[in-house]
Amino acid sequence: MNYFPDEVMEHVFDFVTSNLDRNAISLVCKSWYRIERFSRRRVFIGNCYAISPERLIARFPGVKSLTLKGKPHFADFNLVPHDWGGFVYPWIEALARSRVNLEELRLKRMLVTDDGLELISRSFVNFKSLVLVSCEGFTTDGLAAIAANCRFLRELDLQENEVDDHRGQWLNCFPESCTSLVSLNFACLKGDINSAALERLVARSPNLKSLRLSRAVPLDTLQKILVRAPQLVDLGVGSFSHDPDSETYNKLLTTIEKCKSMRSLSGFLEVAAYCLPAIHPICSSLTSLNLSYAPGIPGSELTKLIRRCRKLQRLWILDCIGDKGLGVVASSCRELQELRVFPSDPYGVGNAAVTEEGLVAISRGCPKLNSLLYFCQQMTNAALKIVAQNCPNFIRFRLCTLDPVKPDSSTNQPLDEGFGAIVQSCKGLRRLSLSGLLTDQVFNYIGMFAEQLEMLSIAFAGNSDKGMLYVLNGCKKIRKLEIRDSPFGNIALLRDVGKYETMRSLWMSSCDVTLGGCKTLAKKMPRLNVEIINEIDEMEACNDDGQKVEKMYLYRTLVGPRKDAPNYVWTL
Amino acid sequence: MLSSTEAADGSSGSDVTCMDTELTLGLPRDGGSKVAIAGAKRAYAGTVGLGLRSSIGKRSGDIEVDAAESCAASQVSGAGKVPGSKAQVVGWPPVRSFRKKTLEICKYVKVAVDGAPYLRKVDLQTYNSYDELLRALEGNYLEDSKVMDSAKGMEYVPTYEDNDGDWMLVGDVPWKMFAESCKRIRLMKGSDAAWFAPRTPKCRG
Repeated sequence: MNYFPDEVMEHVFDFVTSNLDRNAISLVCKSWYRIERFSRRRVFIGNCYAISPERLIARFPGVKSLTLKGKPHFADFNLVPHDWGGFVYPWIEALARSRVNLEELRLKRMLVTDDGLELISRSFVNFKSLVLVSCEGFTTDGLAAIAANCRFLRELDLQENEVDDHRGQWLNCFPESCTSLVSLNFACLKGDINSAALERLVARSPNLKSLRLSRAVPLDTLQKILVRAPQLVDLGVGSFSHDPDSETYNKLLTTIEKCKSMRSLSGFLEVAAYCLPAIHPICSSLTSLNLSYAPGIPGSELTKLIRRCRKLQRLWILDCIGDKGLGVVASSCRELQELRVFPSDPYGVGNAAVTEEGLVAISRGCPKLNSLLYFCQQMTNAALKIVAQNCPNFIRFRLCTLDPVKPDSSTNQPLDEGFGAIVQSCKGLRRLSLSGLLTDQVFNYIGMFAEQLEMLSIAFAGNSDKGMLYVLNGCKKIRKLEIRDSPFGNIALLRDVGKYETMRSLWMSSCDVTLGGCKTLAKKMPRLNVEIINEIDEMEACNDDGQKVEKMYLYRTLVGPRKDAPNYVWTL
Repeated sequence: MLSSTEAADGSSGSDVTCMDTELTLGLPRDGGSKVAIAGAKRAYAGTVGLGLRSSIGKRSGDIEVDAAESCAASQVSGAGKVPGSKAQVVGWPPVRSFRKKTLEICKYVKVAVDGAPYLRKVDLQTYNSYDELLRALEGNYLEDSKVMDSAKGMEYVPTYEDNDGDWMLVGDVPWKMFAESCKRIRLMKGSDAAWFAPRTPKCRG
């Protein structure tokens, strides 16, 4: 039933960029499905094991941008072995074989090898953008291949990857003809950098807008780079430590003043507090500031800086800023939307820590706050209720008490009521992480009120299966559920097995589900992969259905059990 | 491969035997909240320390209460060593390992000794007290005979540059505070050193 020729429909579909919408379009009729699939350019695959590269290419042969995610989120916290999976090489190989005209590849928590990077660099002529987040398995040799062979490279963005630095000259591998760079981020590299090569690269990249340097780049190199690239919008400083009386430092002061386009600052992987005033001139136009990798900056210097950043929308800092410092943030940064406060001292009691006071102050001063990650010494229900009232716009709310089961510090009660207030007030909440002493009641609230919730992280919480059931029954939009060290067992797991096909994945570790329960689930739901991670090869354990499962990860998939699982991962 | 729990603040003493048991449960000292105890097996009330090891092969459901009580007791008695008796739980607080490692690197500081031809670097993270650090510094420089010669008979005064760029005498503040704020170390001798009263630095914590 097409009133228009295909080309017209395709042109109309071009205006629809959201993949959710495009998915809906493709369900209307066969011809729309056909037209849409040939015109889809961006594909997002939240779990690389949910589909195979061959099927992806068969359906979307015109794909130009691919996003893939591998390991489950808890892999970030050492709960998943390194070689569990998430290998990207088969994807690259398949795309290369099918001559897909790939331009952009974005990977998160995947295992990337130098061979894979080299294959990318040789197979995709128009390759423009490589973004690797929390990946591992590659070295600077792979980066050298990308630099050398991708003639139209615009973006090389390495965020928090574990890279084996061979201290080679990978930066030298960018040919003189490469002038297309817009974004370069190598902050996570540990080895030495050829400063001269870096300066030359920046000099011939007139479109460079974003540059994030590693720790090895000293302040004098930074100064020379900024002279060449005053148009930078986003800067990650490597080392920011120098004799303040030197000529270099003075040059830096004048150079920074000329960087009128600067909106985002990060890095400071090595910083001397007395050098910070150098950035004061650009503070007033900053919208994003990340000082979370810079420990040892005294609160007084931090607040001097932050007072000037009146347009700040995103702030990432360490908890050594203290409650008082957060008070300064609250009074200075009225436009703040995202705040992350990381622990500077994860294992100690910490004199430097924030409490509920800091959060309450922020909620009073920053009504636009919609995204929070807050590691704190303590929390109270009363504070959370105030926060809920002041900031009803939360989309992401992640609270982490350093002691995972700490009760309300003033009443000694569980934090159920406080989190309950948050979910009730924040009707648009999509992501929630809980901590502190929590009973089944908090899950009752979540099931009742968190209608838009898509991702929920639970640790050391709840009393019984009821807790998990509240969530599974109530949260209609839940996609990712990750649970550790909580007393949820087979009853909760098996009550509504169909639910898991509406979700991306479920992680349960150190809970009460047994092998028998997992086997039952796997048998009932063939389109789920139910994986058990068992790091000791206990063949006998395989037969004891009553035994509790240490780590279970299940996810929906169209392609059955994966073939690349290591021998300690059993797909039931 | 799992990362094993690390003893809090390097205390090894009474906690070592506790860490040997796969799972211990510290019972609340003052009765705590009934709700909390009745519920989660692995939850614990209050701030009594809990040695949790995400163990290889062992069933985490086996709670050894007797061992737990003695563990709780010894942790209480060892409380002086373990400030706040915080539990060491795998993956808690949930901070990306990349971030943890990056913040750790900052603890390498340069050490300059007056008269020595080159500087050294020490990782402050590997020490837990002034004693340990000073002994290590002694060890480093005593090895070098050149330094020894010029140092014959001279006493060195350890000083350090802190966050604010000020030069301070080593030993005044608690170890942790020192480790966090120390940017570089200089072992001074001669007339400069005379300004600092030549005394043994207090060793705290």
